Amino acid sequence: MTRERSIRGQVAVVGVGETTYYKHGRAPESEFALALQAILRACDDAGIDPRQVDGFASYSNDRNDPSRLAAALGLPELRFSNMQWGGGGGGGSAAVGNAAAAVAAGYADCVVVFRALAQGQFQRFGAAPPGGTVSGEAAFTFPYGLISPAQRFAMRVMRFMHDHGVRQEAQRAIALASYHHAQANPRAVMHGRPLTAEAYDASRWIVEPFRLFDCCMENDGAAALVLVSAERARDLRRPPAYLLGVAQGSEYRNAARGHNAPTYASSSFTTVAPHLWDMAGLGQKDVDVVQSYENFTGGVLMSLVEHGFFAPEEANDFLTPENLIAPSGRLPLNTSGGNLAECYMHGLELQIEAVRQLRGESCNQVPAARAALVISGPMVTPVSSMLLGTEAVR
Amino acid sequence: MSASTYLPAGMPRPIPEPDGLDRPYWDGTRAGELRVQRCRACRGWQWGPEWICHRCLAFDLEWVTVAPRGRVYSWERAWHPVHPALKDHGPYIVVLVELPEAGGVRMLGNLLGDPRQEVQIGSAVEAVFEPHDEAAPPFTLVQWRMTP
Repeated sequence: MTRERSIRGQVAVVGVGETTYYKHGRAPESEFALALQAILRACDDAGIDPRQVDGFASYSNDRNDPSRLAAALGLPELRFSNMQWGGGGGGGSAAVGNAAAAVAAGYADCVVVFRALAQGQFQRFGAAPPGGTVSGEAAFTFPYGLISPAQRFAMRVMRFMHDHGVRQEAQRAIALASYHHAQANPRAVMHGRPLTAEAYDASRWIVEPFRLFDCCMENDGAAALVLVSAERARDLRRPPAYLLGVAQGSEYRNAARGHNAPTYASSSFTTVAPHLWDMAGLGQKDVDVVQSYENFTGGVLMSLVEHGFFAPEEANDFLTPENLIAPSGRLPLNTSGGNLAECYMHGLELQIEAVRQLRGESCNQVPAARAALVISGPMVTPVSSMLLGTEAVR
Repeated sequence: MSASTYLPAGMPRPIPEPDGLDRPYWDGTRAGELRVQRCRACRGWQWGPEWICHRCLAFDLEWVTVAPRGRVYSWERAWHPVHPALKDHGPYIVVLVELPEAGGVRMLGNLLGDPRQEVQIGSAVEAVFEPHDEAAPPFTLVQWRMTP
């Protein structure tokens, strides 16, 4: 490691917890109760009394305020509360990084990263918000029917596919891999609902170039991870998943309004990913398994390119179901089913699946996985990604 | 539904930002002009609207009327109706148009004509001003059509 400042290996994920994952609007409990359940399960998994938690980090304007959580859980003190800016799932890895930074810096000793969603109780992502007038950025998009996340990102992917000759089958392979993995995962909302190439091809367009199965679900549930220092992690009951690297951000003028980002056909990782590799001191060949946030399959495609797994012109050859399926694929991808087929927990289920892989507990286990990459929320800004590893690669 | 607009009535209506930043653009479309920002200090073009020039950081941006023509930089055909006004409407096309005569800034809009038409990136398009005079307040959208 050559960096002067790095968090590499200093902090570990020691506990993970999830609620039951529900279809959109089907959660029997309130969103806040779901958040509490996931946090308590993560603490139980870690073997840590919940009253030892002294910090919270989340992203995407999670509605469940850390102070309310601390009060509800009876925490003796709250020492760290952190919200990562930005929408979508772009903050999923950044929130872990922020929590880890708080532990490394001594702001707090035991920080929970969480995300809870019960969209049925609030406004849905994929539908237009109420209200007759719009201003700012939305004034240049909404009147043209450019409203939902799928519509916002389709033109980025369309341009990327045009520039590099990427075929629809490349996106299809990503969807098929997620659905394949979900069939072995009883937690998955799409467990028992296999997807074939024929069914994908016959599915309706949401917005070209995205078919129905290129788009994430919307679900209810909650997920949480517990982070402590590496020293403390060794004394706990589960094998630590060490944070080897984490990076967040986006490239030059990514947020220029009205789709004026200079690097338009991008998942926003062109500058972020090199920082991740640099901090981790590892390369693409060292990664055993990838969990890459699927808001839309085209975003996964560009994320994998920008993290250096293949060149854009190689996308058609690389992105085949065989290459993406555990345990035998070249690059096992989204081994729980991810946002497409396990649960849209705004990507935090991907962080948990990465931990499971490193513990050897995945439903689609990659043999002897030592390094697991998580990519969060492509095409938004800021985005983030992180690399977790076992003791062997720390 | 008005036959003179590409999308049905009831879509979200644009209003200028409360701080006045983009009002010259919306005033321009009412006058049948396509206006973008240009820095008086470094002569760089800028879009979307912002208070500061991202190149030289001068707070000295003027509004310039530009030629209402460009080429398709990217596009999409939306099928799933995400707004109540679009229910049962069918597909429509959104284009991102690059303006070579204004430093390559990009503008959004619908592509007029058959919503099932083939669209080629790079195709030449020209602006069409679509007034919504009956709206409160009235506004005009910039739409695009293939250059004949």
